[in-house]
Amino acid sequence: MHSRTSDLPADPGPWAGGAGRPGPAGRPPGPGWPPNPGPPLRQTAADGLKIAVVGGFGAGKTTLVGAISEIPPLSTEETMSSAGVGIDDPATSGAGTKFRTTVAFDFGRITLDEERVLYVFGAPGQERFWFLWDRLFSGTMGAVVLVDTRRITDSWYAIDRLEHLGVPFIVARNNFGPPGHSLEELRDALALPPGIPLVDCDARKRHSAKRVLVTLVDHLLTFATDRETLR
Amino acid sequence: MTRRPVDSGVPDRLYTVTGGRSRTQDTTFDLVTIVVGEAEPALGMQSEHIRILRLCGRHPTSLVELSSHLGLPVGVVKILLADLLAAGRISARHPRSAAPGAELLPPAETLKKVLRALQNL
Repeated sequence: MHSRTSDLPADPGPWAGGAGRPGPAGRPPGPGWPPNPGPPLRQTAADGLKIAVVGGFGAGKTTLVGAISEIPPLSTEETMSSAGVGIDDPATSGAGTKFRTTVAFDFGRITLDEERVLYVFGAPGQERFWFLWDRLFSGTMGAVVLVDTRRITDSWYAIDRLEHLGVPFIVARNNFGPPGHSLEELRDALALPPGIPLVDCDARKRHSAKRVLVTLVDHLLTFATDRETLR
Repeated sequence: MTRRPVDSGVPDRLYTVTGGRSRTQDTTFDLVTIVVGEAEPALGMQSEHIRILRLCGRHPTSLVELSSHLGLPVGVVKILLADLLAAGRISARHPRSAAPGAELLPPAETLKKVLRALQNL
């Protein structure tokens, strides 16, 4: 709640509506620009929670995030120099060359209550991305592996990494058309243990995206309840 | 998909923004840390600091949303926020999951609330 310093040029920020902001690539401001940024966070928002949706390109991560988010999906990136990534390649380290690794990801958000807000991140499953997991996604309560049945190997890698990191997850098959295989066949193909939920979804549909997240949180709750009864 | 190049091929720009620093001492900032502006932008401040204060001055804004709106990588925004925090110009609401000793999984009580909220969407 600040009044603007009059000496500074006015910048209405992302929640100020159409007028006055430059359009993309020199496009003049118009009624359709900027796109509706969705609601701002509540003044009482205090605890951000994280869920990651992991999948290869074209698996439907952004679609799923967009179907459930209260804001249009946003994207950003993180960069890391080769030294931090842990690559020990004599060809590069000897020459003193620094390579920058960039990982882009999208995200959306869901306000849960006065205090809690859930961020859902669409994370690329490729190899270099996992180097950044700790920096970006530590504290992620759980993950959804979104399977593109045309590229099952992408999912193997994601499942292996999540198991290694100890992040609880479920697997969702994004159905682009009539499935060629049953979920049981897919479970076998993924070598997925019986305790890990595997569901079908249509990432474009809000109710379906919602069901995926509900299935994940329900799964997390089983873990948490078990943990607390053991104490 | 709203992808745009954050690093426009001029890596020096990012070093200028952070004054040559590539990491922050303050590692408490999380992607979902919620940032609240506590001061007016003022003349003489670095332009990125001014933009951050404008973005989080009216509404609390998460670090990752700031990063997206500013078009700057997450690590750079962390450095800029650490500056502003040290100067008392923002306050930060860090996620409970990042608290020292916090477990990966939230308590069952929290998860039940999350579940209920999702079911009611």
